[in-house]
Amino acid sequence: MNNSIPGGSSRALEAHGLYHIYRERDIETVALRGADLSLAAGSWTSVIGPSGCGKSTLVHVLGGLVEPSGGSVLIENEDITRLAAAERAIRRRRRIGVVMQRDNLHPLLDVATNVSLPLRLDGRPVGEVRDRVAELLSAVGLADRAGQPSRQLSGGEAQRVAIAVALAPRPVVVLADELTGELDEESTVAVLELLDELRARENAAILTVTHNPLVARRADHPFVMRDGLLVAA
Amino acid sequence: MGSSLPPELAAIAATGLSRVHRDGARTLRSLDDVSLTVAVGEVVAVVGPSGSGKSTLLHLLAGFDRPDAGRVEVAGIAWDSLRGSALARFRRRTCGFVAQGASLLAPATAAENIEVPLLLDGVAVAERRERVTEALAQVGLPAEANKLPDQLSGGQQQRVAIARALVNNPAIMFADEPTASLDSTTAIAVVDLMLAIARSRHSSVVLVTHDPTVAEKADRVVTLRSGRLEVPPPTANGA
Repeated sequence: MNNSIPGGSSRALEAHGLYHIYRERDIETVALRGADLSLAAGSWTSVIGPSGCGKSTLVHVLGGLVEPSGGSVLIENEDITRLAAAERAIRRRRRIGVVMQRDNLHPLLDVATNVSLPLRLDGRPVGEVRDRVAELLSAVGLADRAGQPSRQLSGGEAQRVAIAVALAPRPVVVLADELTGELDEESTVAVLELLDELRARENAAILTVTHNPLVARRADHPFVMRDGLLVAA
Repeated sequence: MGSSLPPELAAIAATGLSRVHRDGARTLRSLDDVSLTVAVGEVVAVVGPSGSGKSTLLHLLAGFDRPDAGRVEVAGIAWDSLRGSALARFRRRTCGFVAQGASLLAPATAAENIEVPLLLDGVAVAERRERVTEALAQVGLPAEANKLPDQLSGGQQQRVAIARALVNNPAIMFADEPTASLDSTTAIAVVDLMLAIARSRHSSVVLVTHDPTVAEKADRVVTLRSGRLEVPPPTANGA
């Protein structure tokens, strides 16, 4: 809907000068070399790049799961890299939704219970959980599947529910790492449509990290990850 | 919450289990008149070639599937006497599961993954946090609490799966090829850890594996071939 960011729009996430080195068996790899990124509420940004270019490290750092070697990540103006691990974990749970390529759902639990988990882990009251789950299942078009075990869903349906799970706590940012990586083109297009619709409705900033140009092109702000830096595509 | 059952009760009593799968016009007898008793605290490995019915047996024992003939009692309760949420609750409180590949929730941290069964069981938040911390320590991963599965190695992921399976203190633990995706050194370490925790709690274990070095860790090994138990289990201990 709103592809341009008006001057004073609120920043959901700002990352400055992200630098990250990791060590594996005495080999040092520089995954990020000063990457900058700014995500406005309700915007959609994509990062494309081959596997091994540092995309997953970027997701981990932005999601507060890894402390970067240098730089800062501000979520609603609070630098999460400066927080103690336990504090950071709480921020992540409340403000950052994550969707992965697979295994987003517990196969034995029904669809509604899956969507309720992040809220219940956060100790939200029962009534709030129930209302939010119903609202989201209807938003992703799967209200009639609430009681079905999630293992019975198709790949595309499972990813729709995964988006509902990620949005459940009303996060300011949703990080999606290859969310359509296991879907055919038709399901991919449908899931991207849904994401586009929901980011406006929920006013969440979306970051899709992918190697699929079809996904990358859908974003308002496409970037390429090259040598640990983000370059406008 | 005590996990151990009274020793005179069998953890699992399965009698005359048969299961037929239909593939178009063909019918495949994947399990044929299998009986198996697992004692309280006993570790039983189920081995056999692929397609011999190992997974079918495990699914029947764990109540995920119903036999065409025969009956399974777990902790004295027959699976076919339970339905819906009562079945789910009984299974959650009685059984723990470790599958091939850790099958952890990808967007949830190690701690959150372990917390889920406690949450579903209505355990209060303070106790949940305490038990999760304890479980992570028990599997040697106290520093990995806030990592996602994709930040962990295969062996570490499987340790989280073990912590998740054991955090409810289940009387019985089912493990379906828990080491299939691991290298052999890691596999042995993971199985040793799982069995040490289970034995310390007198939990019974049914372990499906194709790996002989894993199987030999069990108290007893049963072999399935074409849906039948190759060596019949010892006759029931007189009660």
